[in-house]
Amino acid sequence: MNPPVATPFFFYLLAATMIVGGILVITRKNAVHSALALITTLLAQAALYLMLYAPFVAGVQIILYAGGIMVLFLFVIMLISIERAAKERQFNKQWLVGGVAALALGGLFISVYLKTTQGKMLFPEGRMAYGESQNTQAIAALLFDRHAGQYMFAFEIASLLLLVAIIGAVVMAKKRI
Amino acid sequence: MHELIDYIQSYLDPRVTTTPGVAGNIFWATVYILLVFVGLSVAVIAMNWLERKILAHMQVRLGPMRVGPHGLLQPIADAIKLLFKEDIIPAEADKLVFWIAPFIVVLAAFTVFVVVPFGPTHAITDMNIGILFMLGVSSLSVLGIVTAGWASNSHYPLIGALRSSAQMVSYEVAMGLAVVSVIMMTSFHGIDTGLYGIGPAGAQESGTLSMIGIVLAQQEQGVWFIFKFFPLGLIGFFIFAIAMVAETNRAPFDLPEAESELTAGFHTEYSGFRWSLFFLAEYSAMIAVSSIAVTLWLGGWLRPFPGLHGPSIAIPYVWPPSDPSAPTGALDFVFALCPGIAFLLLGAMCFYNVRRMPKHPLFKIQTMGLAGFGAVLGLIGLILFVPPVRDRVSDIFWFAAKVAGFMYLYIWYRGTFPRYRFDQLMKVGWKVLLPTGLALLICTALFAMRVEVWYAVVVPLWQWSVSILHWLVSLL
Repeated sequence: MNPPVATPFFFYLLAATMIVGGILVITRKNAVHSALALITTLLAQAALYLMLYAPFVAGVQIILYAGGIMVLFLFVIMLISIERAAKERQFNKQWLVGGVAALALGGLFISVYLKTTQGKMLFPEGRMAYGESQNTQAIAALLFDRHAGQYMFAFEIASLLLLVAIIGAVVMAKKRI
Repeated sequence: MHELIDYIQSYLDPRVTTTPGVAGNIFWATVYILLVFVGLSVAVIAMNWLERKILAHMQVRLGPMRVGPHGLLQPIADAIKLLFKEDIIPAEADKLVFWIAPFIVVLAAFTVFVVVPFGPTHAITDMNIGILFMLGVSSLSVLGIVTAGWASNSHYPLIGALRSSAQMVSYEVAMGLAVVSVIMMTSFHGIDTGLYGIGPAGAQESGTLSMIGIVLAQQEQGVWFIFKFFPLGLIGFFIFAIAMVAETNRAPFDLPEAESELTAGFHTEYSGFRWSLFFLAEYSAMIAVSSIAVTLWLGGWLRPFPGLHGPSIAIPYVWPPSDPSAPTGALDFVFALCPGIAFLLLGAMCFYNVRRMPKHPLFKIQTMGLAGFGAVLGLIGLILFVPPVRDRVSDIFWFAAKVAGFMYLYIWYRGTFPRYRFDQLMKVGWKVLLPTGLALLICTALFAMRVEVWYAVVVPLWQWSVSILHWLVSLL
């Protein structure tokens, strides 16, 4: 009925934004510019999640990464003396290892994309069938449902890990508690 | 050409029940975006005038009186002044970031209005993640404030930006907890709902994050969420109402721009048009968080007492026409007339002040202008009585009226409360609001599951203690 929102044009636009943003993150000498480029990349990634009919993941991406973690990043970076950081020589001694690793990862992605099972491409077939309007509810069911929920334990363990990290940070930062 | 007209008229059909964004109607979505943008700008201009007048009257002053009758044209004069003022970029500033920062704030403040529901069909679109989207995008505005403070390369803005980021990140947590308790309340579908009802056993379905869905849940349960599980809903509302003032950097939490300490805080180095963008963003962010509060706790577009209809009468020209489910109550009719009456009253106030204007010939043009303004308000009031208009805009009117109440509260706070110290602010956020929010969340869950909790915890504990007592008695 409605024309699909997820047209190739938007995918290529967002992918190009992400790649340009990612390159800017590692090439800018000014750390605040790098952080802003990283925010652009993360927002484009959130839009890609929207295109995959996963609005909940997109919303969480915006709140956690762009609105929470990056604010704390900026908070710290702002207090660094930018003049001194800009004068430092950028060193990069692992370009050979890094290049090999990047090539291997890229080759892995391309080979998975080209892999065929029973004469069919892997990618267009293995798509989840959840509609956009059930995404949040589907995630909740995977986590909390009495019968279908299977990730509750992993979720709780992950949040316990974060809690331990928070308490550890407070204990290490404060001399007297 | 004919198809185009059909396409445009398709959304004017009274049987339409979705927003243009959900229906995929690009023309009407564009119209709604423009309407919201224009309406928001007008609201910010009106807010500028009202804030100065109301603050002045609270301090027994007159406020702006020179430009236009009772200073009505003052915001326009201010806007012209700001546009022509020199736009200074400090020599040592980071030019690119300094240039981008105000736009980040404005974009974040305006984008959230995509999901604000002014009525069941009057929203740009309805998202499955509505409230999450609003919280997420409005939290992006802190990025603009932080970068603005840093890019100015000056001490006051940097301190203002640091304060602002610490404050906004802290209060977002308490705000989120209050919102989650409301989302929990949306999940109680069924017949046996109301103030304390949770629906029949086994009827609990999943709740919703959609802004329209949250208001529909309040309509279905027949209670505004501020009164749900009294006093739990009220506590959640208070947590949000405090956190939202801190989120928008307004008095008494306006530390990022505390004049006495930081001259103007994060926008000290901004002037002219760029400064006015910060101003615009601040006021539209205030309207945005107020509309979140109205949607979540005060029933959104629902009129007061949506469950009462009064004796059945024949209402002249109900919209949609010939609809068997159309309201027929006398109270429905009375509330439907409210928007028109409100505008007529505003017009009457204008004419009352026309008579009180000084009779000096120099004030002749101003008196005529005020009379003209009153006539326009009265005409709008009369148009609002026309049945199709009346029935289409009443939901927008109630939503706007509730948001306007919050706007008045903002001004009232500013005129009443002294500014918090920064450590007091952090103390309120982390040691009062956060624990209260967590307790509220747990209490809401326990209250909703009170039958199950009773049979799973209280009854076994009681039986166990009784059996221990028996054993002790037998020992004696």
